[in-house]
Amino acid sequence: MDIVKRRRLVNRLALFLSVCAMAFGVLWLVWILFDVLRLGVGGLSPALFTKMTPPPGEDGGLLNAIVGSFMMCGLAMLIGTPIGVLAGIYLGEYGQRGWLGSTTRLINDILLSAPSIVLGLFVYAVVVARTGGFSGYAGVIALTLIVVPVVVRTTENMLILVPNGMREAAYALGAPKYHVILSVTLRAARAGVMTGVLLALARIAGETAPLLFTALSNQFWSLDLGKPMANLPVTIFKFAMSPFEDWQKLAWAGVFLITLGVLLINIIARVVLREGRR
Amino acid sequence: MNLQVTGERVELSAMNNAQPDTAVPVRRSQIRDVVFYNIVRGIALLTLLILLGIIASLIVSSWPSIQKFGFSFIWTTDWNPPAEKFGALIPIYGTLVTSVIALFIAVPVSFGIALFLTELSPAWLRRPLGTAIELLAAIPSIVYGMWGLLVFAPLFGQYVQPLLAETLGKLPLIGVLFEGAPLGIGLLAAGVILAIMIIPFIAAVMRDVFEVTPPMLKESAYGVGATTWEVMWNVVLPYTKVGVVGGIMLGLGRALGETMAVTFVIGNTNLLDNVSLFSPGNSITSALANEFSEADPGLHTAALMELGLILFMITFMVLAFSKWLLARMKINEGSPVA
Repeated sequence: MDIVKRRRLVNRLALFLSVCAMAFGVLWLVWILFDVLRLGVGGLSPALFTKMTPPPGEDGGLLNAIVGSFMMCGLAMLIGTPIGVLAGIYLGEYGQRGWLGSTTRLINDILLSAPSIVLGLFVYAVVVARTGGFSGYAGVIALTLIVVPVVVRTTENMLILVPNGMREAAYALGAPKYHVILSVTLRAARAGVMTGVLLALARIAGETAPLLFTALSNQFWSLDLGKPMANLPVTIFKFAMSPFEDWQKLAWAGVFLITLGVLLINIIARVVLREGRR
Repeated sequence: MNLQVTGERVELSAMNNAQPDTAVPVRRSQIRDVVFYNIVRGIALLTLLILLGIIASLIVSSWPSIQKFGFSFIWTTDWNPPAEKFGALIPIYGTLVTSVIALFIAVPVSFGIALFLTELSPAWLRRPLGTAIELLAAIPSIVYGMWGLLVFAPLFGQYVQPLLAETLGKLPLIGVLFEGAPLGIGLLAAGVILAIMIIPFIAAVMRDVFEVTPPMLKESAYGVGATTWEVMWNVVLPYTKVGVVGGIMLGLGRALGETMAVTFVIGNTNLLDNVSLFSPGNSITSALANEFSEADPGLHTAALMELGLILFMITFMVLAFSKWLLARMKINEGSPVA
């Protein structure tokens, strides 16, 4: 009888701890979101979207940083998405076997988990050090290097899920392979690929480390990608680390915008995937 | 319907004019096939070249430092840019210690979460809770960093660190880890923030591998009277142990390479005069984030590049190990586990 009691007790304790662990995980999410909301809303104002980043002690907003982030993320997505989708097609449709397929798959995994700051170092060595200065273009390249592996991975996974019967049906009608891929399998995997693209966007929207030594930052209004470019994450980093109260307030507002944006993109990605599965 | 059979050259050219969009002569579609194949193949080759480029450029850029310091770079602590003396022990130590702390906290918690999601949770709660954990993974690291510095660290220094010093700090042997002034920021705070960041990754992998355990195994154990915990600990965990370790390695890789969250809370001090986890320190990533854009182009930059190279090597080995484990699990899938 004693051993039964002990086993029950151990079981109860373990399950109790498991519930605690779950609560622990959710607690952090709620706590962080609550603080971001509490401290971020205080900084929200029309000036945030109409004025430039200020010197300490003056009024200002984040307009140049927001625009810079949009430009660099948008351009990185424009370049990275087709590259990622095409490489994903190679892996999913041509390279199931063979050295290039398996090597590329391995390398894509390495790039996927490489620390983003190392990608920043690479772009610094290859672009910034050669062209002689920090620039928006260097930032775009660094972000593209983050986008590509994410898109490759999801595209391949989604293409593999397409039933082979669909390919065979298309071949039976006499369609050439490129046609089968572009208008049958890729179309069937559309929702999944879209999800991958959105998740890649969510990932780069908050990336700071690779921009630190590529795009740097810029206190002034500039649309020139050939020059250092303001962007939200690096501005937040600079402002949050500073001792000035009004800079920290702006940083909280920026953190609020980024968190809201990233969570929204994530939720949209989930909805897209679920709709696509129907 | 217009048909073309490439192999036998059946061509319905009469219909080509009627439907120019969908009807392409055989020869042209063969050419397009080859062109398309070479485009996607070329792009795949490109990703390969990028990786080789990253490794080559890191080695080339850090060459002056590799040449000058050799292996002593790894075990000396002197980091003095004006004197051009560089030793990376402190950042390497910081990176490893914070990652170990993170794993120490994150592994049991993730296991609990995965246990809850696979065995305990009512079906209607499973999805929302799973999503909540996944959203925790989506929050950008700079948010964790700023929150950690301005909200978490002050509370941590005021309440948690004195408590740890009172309890664990009084124990023999491990007591020295919890000594010193409770500043809030430091190695321990960085480890805790990292733990929060990697919990979702580890928990997600654990949940996924727990779910592939054949129900037959679990039901048999329940059938002979095992409790939920016993099924989990004695049946599911041994069956999935390789996958679980793979997931932990994945989390470790994240923790090692995380930059912003660590840079905010680790304290950024290149000093190592005691083993207390309360003391501020430096990690590879925080050293890079703080110093790189202001470094002199000479030896200082090269030394920082070498730090990046070391970090890349460490994460690469961790990834390779976890991939190897996960691949082994795939081979063993379904076979009885010793």
